[in-house]
Amino acid sequence: MPLSSRHLLGLQGVPKEDINLILDTAKTFREVLERPIKRVPTLQGKTVINLFYESSTRTRISFELAEKRLSADAVNFSVSTSSVSKGETLKDTIRNIEAMKVDMVVVRHPAAGTPLFLTKVCDSNIINAGDGAHEHPTQALLDMYSIKEKLGKLEGVKVCMVGDIAHSRVALSNIFGLKAVGAEVSVCGPSTMIPKNIEELGVKVIYDIDEAIRENDVLNVLRIQLERKAREYFPSIREYAAFFGITEERLEKVGKEDILILHPGPINRGVELSSGVADGLKQIILTQVTNGVAVRMAVLYLLGTMN
Amino acid sequence: MKIILKNTHLLHPEQKVDRDKIDILLIDGVISKIDNLKKDDFKDAQEFDLRGKYIAPGFFDMHVHLREPGREDKETIISGCNSAANGGFTGIACMPNTEPAIDSAEVVTFIKRKAASHLVNVHPVAAATVGRKGEVISPMAELYENGAVGFSDDGVAIKTSAILRRALEYSKMFGTPVIEHCEDETLAGGSMNEGLNSTTLGLPPIPSVAEDIIVSRDILMAEYTGGIIHIAHISTKKSVEMVREAKKKGTKVTAEVTPHHFTLTDDAVKTYDTNTKMNPPLRTREDVNEIIKGLKDGTIDAIASDHAPHSIEEKETEFDYALNGIIGLETEVGLTLTELYHNKILSLNQIIEKLAINPRKILNIPVPKFDVGEQANFTIFDPDEVWTVDISKFKSKSVNSPFDKRLLTGKAVGVINNNMMFYNGEMVRI
Ligand SMILES: [Zn+2]
Repeated sequence: MPLSSRHLLGLQGVPKEDINLILDTAKTFREVLERPIKRVPTLQGKTVINLFYESSTRTRISFELAEKRLSADAVNFSVSTSSVSKGETLKDTIRNIEAMKVDMVVVRHPAAGTPLFLTKVCDSNIINAGDGAHEHPTQALLDMYSIKEKLGKLEGVKVCMVGDIAHSRVALSNIFGLKAVGAEVSVCGPSTMIPKNIEELGVKVIYDIDEAIRENDVLNVLRIQLERKAREYFPSIREYAAFFGITEERLEKVGKEDILILHPGPINRGVELSSGVADGLKQIILTQVTNGVAVRMAVLYLLGTMN
Repeated sequence: MKIILKNTHLLHPEQKVDRDKIDILLIDGVISKIDNLKKDDFKDAQEFDLRGKYIAPGFFDMHVHLREPGREDKETIISGCNSAANGGFTGIACMPNTEPAIDSAEVVTFIKRKAASHLVNVHPVAAATVGRKGEVISPMAELYENGAVGFSDDGVAIKTSAILRRALEYSKMFGTPVIEHCEDETLAGGSMNEGLNSTTLGLPPIPSVAEDIIVSRDILMAEYTGGIIHIAHISTKKSVEMVREAKKKGTKVTAEVTPHHFTLTDDAVKTYDTNTKMNPPLRTREDVNEIIKGLKDGTIDAIASDHAPHSIEEKETEFDYALNGIIGLETEVGLTLTELYHNKILSLNQIIEKLAINPRKILNIPVPKFDVGEQANFTIFDPDEVWTVDISKFKSKSVNSPFDKRLLTGKAVGVINNNMMFYNGEMVRI
């Protein structure tokens, strides 16, 4: 059964069946990645462009690797090397790119809605690799994959997103994806970083990090943006670390040393996670990197073989 | 030239005129006879059969952005006037955020001169502060003397309470309103209304309280100074409630609303169509319901388009980067009749009050009269004509509208003013 859409713009409204199909497909690719020859010819002859208007080495490399493992021709187009600085509009850029016979576009952009805009001005399959504070579906899919890998299921699993929920595309995609497959989702962070109407998405709001640790099976800890305008949302990094940082002492106090912690990386050590907790995550973070490639291979494969 | 408008329905709520099947004789643009036309009157006259159509005092849009001087590629004074005529208006007030701003007698005179020979009367609203910078009040007396009908820093609110105070005090001398774009700049800067939709769309939010705070400030200051405040493009529930309360207390406050703010909610933004990006942003169903209530009970005095032409490049782009605003002159009457008349919210008389009478009263412009000897200043409209919006046929130089292809019921079919008639898409001297 194919996916119900020829683009992956986000996880909002994506049916459970699609999510499970992607996760199951990722599992088979995960096995491919364990082989000595990690390449399959599935997307041979297809061209995928990685259109990055925001620097994100991790996500770009993950996509690029996924594309190469599927034998697609991967082309990188990032803002610094492009004609964007010359004032070329996004529409012109995408038209020019399409003239080069591109099959799929992976796009990262600081403005929400840009992937949807691209579906209207070009014919390629569009994959959202993060648009503003909107969605980052492949990150959420890989988080879900990792949870399922560790806990054996997603349905009924209690997951708390911790940190700056209001400005996080990772949080939003996780909320939509996890809710679709029947997980219980909560959010925890300073109240200034929790959007006003988030409860209407069926999400519980927790302000006490100990309670969040106590009540959940998984903590998905977001990176706090130290550099951004973030500073107007909490008084100081020290205060954030003291009240929302996850430390070994807290985990011990609540008696949840074994709680599954995910982090999209890179970690601000001593802020959202203490150094000790971060060290304990080394293995899972490495696994997440591999899972990320597998999930992206699954998405590229399912979309690229649709038409 | 002799013109006879036959079988029409005359409606003028202020003059308490409501007469069907009337013939009117115009000679050289002046009302020469109403009803009881003799055989002789028909001699050499051009006749227009207006069965099923109404004649109202010419409609007036008190919030239009002409882009001249400065951005003639988006709209000129003439193209804006053509757009107004095609939309059913015989008069407009144009906002001062041009380049340069309308903050000197020269710019006021320039605009008036450019529009002088047009069917549509253009009344400039001048800047409330020099360069709309919010630092010093503009030369209001001189601007008023040259034809400015109100003062506004539209695009933004007057920056500080102190300057607002002076603007209200000073403009009070001429009985002209200060027209406010109500938005607290420290809370502004987003792309859409703050709510569940902004969260799920990941777009930077503008809270409704940003409008409410300035509406509240402005009402308090109008009360304190005795000045006259007009709230432009009101969009929130709380703001409507505050204006209602203030009016009860006798505060000199009036308000206008745009058709898009009573027609659409922020659900329309879900498409990321940049033609749903405007400031104030589209709000929630709750806000729209209160606006409808405010239109009904008279809290909201006027309907105005906030006609804001933008180039294709400025709109066909990422949502966050697109400019705010839509064109509105040519969909305004259709949306008003569709949403308010056919949904039984306002009567035709109430609609004429909000489209023709109140905006002029707010700006101290004489309301056209249906009397023999008066210059004919009419809008001819058919409340039941069903039509589909086709932006490509509009007279505006810009095309930024979310209403293209929308089916509407009710249309302005012609206008008469300044010895000219615009009918069936043609402008003729009469
Ligand atoms: Zn405004």
